[in-house]
Amino acid sequence: MNQTPLKSNSRLERILAAGQFAVTGEIGPPKSHDAGVIREKCSQLKTYVDAANITDNQTGIVRMSSIAAGILIRNEGLEPVIQMTCRDRNRLAMQSDILGAAAHGIKNILCLSGDHQSFGNHPGAKNVHDLDSMQLIRMFQEMRDNSQFQCGEEIKGGGPPLFIGAAANPFADPVALRPLRLKKKAVAGADFIQTQLIYDMDRFREYMKKAVDLGVTESVSVLAGVGPLKAAGMARYMRNNVPGMSVPDHIIERMEGAVKGISNDDKKARMQASRAEGIRICIEQIEEIKEIEGIAGVHIMAIEWEAAVKPIVEGAGLYPRPEVEN
Amino acid sequence: MIVADQKPIEDIRKMLKGKKKVLAIGCGTCVAVCFAGGKREVGVLSSAVRMATELEGEPVQIDETIVQRQCEKEFIEHLGDQLGEYDAVLSLGCGVGVQTLADQFPGTRILPGLNTKFMGGPTEQGVWEERCQGCGNCLLEYTGGICPISRCAKQLMNGPCGGTDEGGRCEVDPDTPCAWFNIWERMDALDIQDQLMEIQPPKDWSTSRDGGRRKIVRKDLQKPKLDEGS
Amino acid sequence: MKEISNYEPQIIAFCCMHCAYAAADLAGSSRFAYPSSLKIVAIPCTGRTDMGHILKTFEDGADGVLVAGCLEGRCHFQTGNLYARQRVEHVAELLDQIGLEGERARMINISAGMGAKFAELANEFAKTISALGPTGLKKKPASRELPLPSGKIE
Repeated sequence: MNQTPLKSNSRLERILAAGQFAVTGEIGPPKSHDAGVIREKCSQLKTYVDAANITDNQTGIVRMSSIAAGILIRNEGLEPVIQMTCRDRNRLAMQSDILGAAAHGIKNILCLSGDHQSFGNHPGAKNVHDLDSMQLIRMFQEMRDNSQFQCGEEIKGGGPPLFIGAAANPFADPVALRPLRLKKKAVAGADFIQTQLIYDMDRFREYMKKAVDLGVTESVSVLAGVGPLKAAGMARYMRNNVPGMSVPDHIIERMEGAVKGISNDDKKARMQASRAEGIRICIEQIEEIKEIEGIAGVHIMAIEWEAAVKPIVEGAGLYPRPEVEN
Repeated sequence: MIVADQKPIEDIRKMLKGKKKVLAIGCGTCVAVCFAGGKREVGVLSSAVRMATELEGEPVQIDETIVQRQCEKEFIEHLGDQLGEYDAVLSLGCGVGVQTLADQFPGTRILPGLNTKFMGGPTEQGVWEERCQGCGNCLLEYTGGICPISRCAKQLMNGPCGGTDEGGRCEVDPDTPCAWFNIWERMDALDIQDQLMEIQPPKDWSTSRDGGRRKIVRKDLQKPKLDEGS
Repeated sequence: MKEISNYEPQIIAFCCMHCAYAAADLAGSSRFAYPSSLKIVAIPCTGRTDMGHILKTFEDGADGVLVAGCLEGRCHFQTGNLYARQRVEHVAELLDQIGLEGERARMINISAGMGAKFAELANEFAKTISALGPTGLKKKPASRELPLPSGKIE
């Protein structure tokens, strides 16, 4: 059905090109060199997602390299989406790293500004920000399509086959700018977008309507970010402290309601009830998201709760994942 | 202007350890108007250090003076005759002032009394904010007159990151407005918001400090030389 | 630690002419006693005191410095006493860094009619300073200001 040749031939790209509803997950590498942690998380996601993001020193905390962890999961049979932030590397390192990643068969890349280092464990670090995420997208797109380095020099033997992603935070201020920024990322060369966690479906529908009207979804596959809530407290924390996070009252009320009638002392029962409700809400939201025009899939963020991915994907009727021809 | 802040007394005490006689030199330009190194601040700091060192049992004599512009040789030359009697100079100029003194008087130990912070200006009484990083290639034309290089924590050139809090505050410091929120509002008010859709290409940082030590040569202003051949 | 017997703390009170100076006068004429070692310096407004004045007063041998201005909201120049408070607070922080006690500098607010109150606050401050004892600064170390090459710079 898709006439144009694939850019990277990654599984994620093939799923999207085939018009299938894509599912991606997320793995946070450990703060150590323990490959076992990666393999364990990988085993929980494998077969339930089409590809898994590997975060890049997320929140500015030093962790195993995203490319190295990506190679580990690729070897386990799960396709990685390598996240790359502009915080830690200049254009030389970014290009060199992407060539190295491509040499290892990595195809999906997500271009990010990166959380500020002041939130992490090395707040005194010097940040780089040689490029911003927009320029990073464009640089990779030119490497791939024009076989040229950012300086204009030719990449002999051709550019790396990449499937280029970017992030979007639909509800952060200035809200009016956000759909335009999405469009700008599409123009810069993004192939797919993964959004920040979405809990407010009404506002997300409005955002997507604007994105569709701007023609963004014609060239870009938008994957809506979802994630299971662990507890009402987590929902309240996100609403109050995470920029652009809109968590409607009815979600918080449902999370509160889940533990009603369970004794405060029975922490285990409260946790189980709460988490089960979090997974139920997540499944319902995926059902709603499927109906939104312009949506190509979901990105499930269940960091440090990878076990939730299986019931969510199964519950949302997205299992088994489709096979797409190589 | 260059905005600076005094070093803590404790740091200055450590720097002056073992010195008997020190000359504190203020500067009457930028650091005077940001109340860090003017005549008054030289007086307060000198007085404080004199008392602190005396209480420690190793009193340091601190004499005070000020020059109009510590960053230009012509304004500091006259100090040369008097420096011989001092163990060190405590400069209350910016980093440029400290270095000009050190270049001019290589035989004298020149110590910094200030932490030079940024190029900026007062935004309200008692508050100074950064406005310029001297990147050497001004892009204010594209950003509604608000500099994202100096005012965005991530120096973004193509719009805000996802970390803008409600009301347009930067997540890195909730007391600081998001530069891109301000740029958006300004350009929206000027009805030139469509210019933000233009992708700014990667910046050429070679004009910034990344290109190495920077220098401007103005041939039209240099001292004329007689061409010996003619 | 410090010789306390017969110790009379040297206190300088910078008093605003519009209020505290008159209050001190009233305290005297009404026979409300305050320490005789407290010396009053009349100033046009406490907003005129700067940190240099206070620090140099300590350098010159004072054990405590009182800055006495009008009641807040009643400053003859609107906000002079509010600025004074901020500066006294800053000096207190500096004194701590210097190795002196920040309590040695204090801001008080009174009106011209509060003679008794002035005496009460002055006595209370003197008690605090007495408890702290002398500063330990024996004599102001020699220091000078170098003459400027030409003109005056402020």
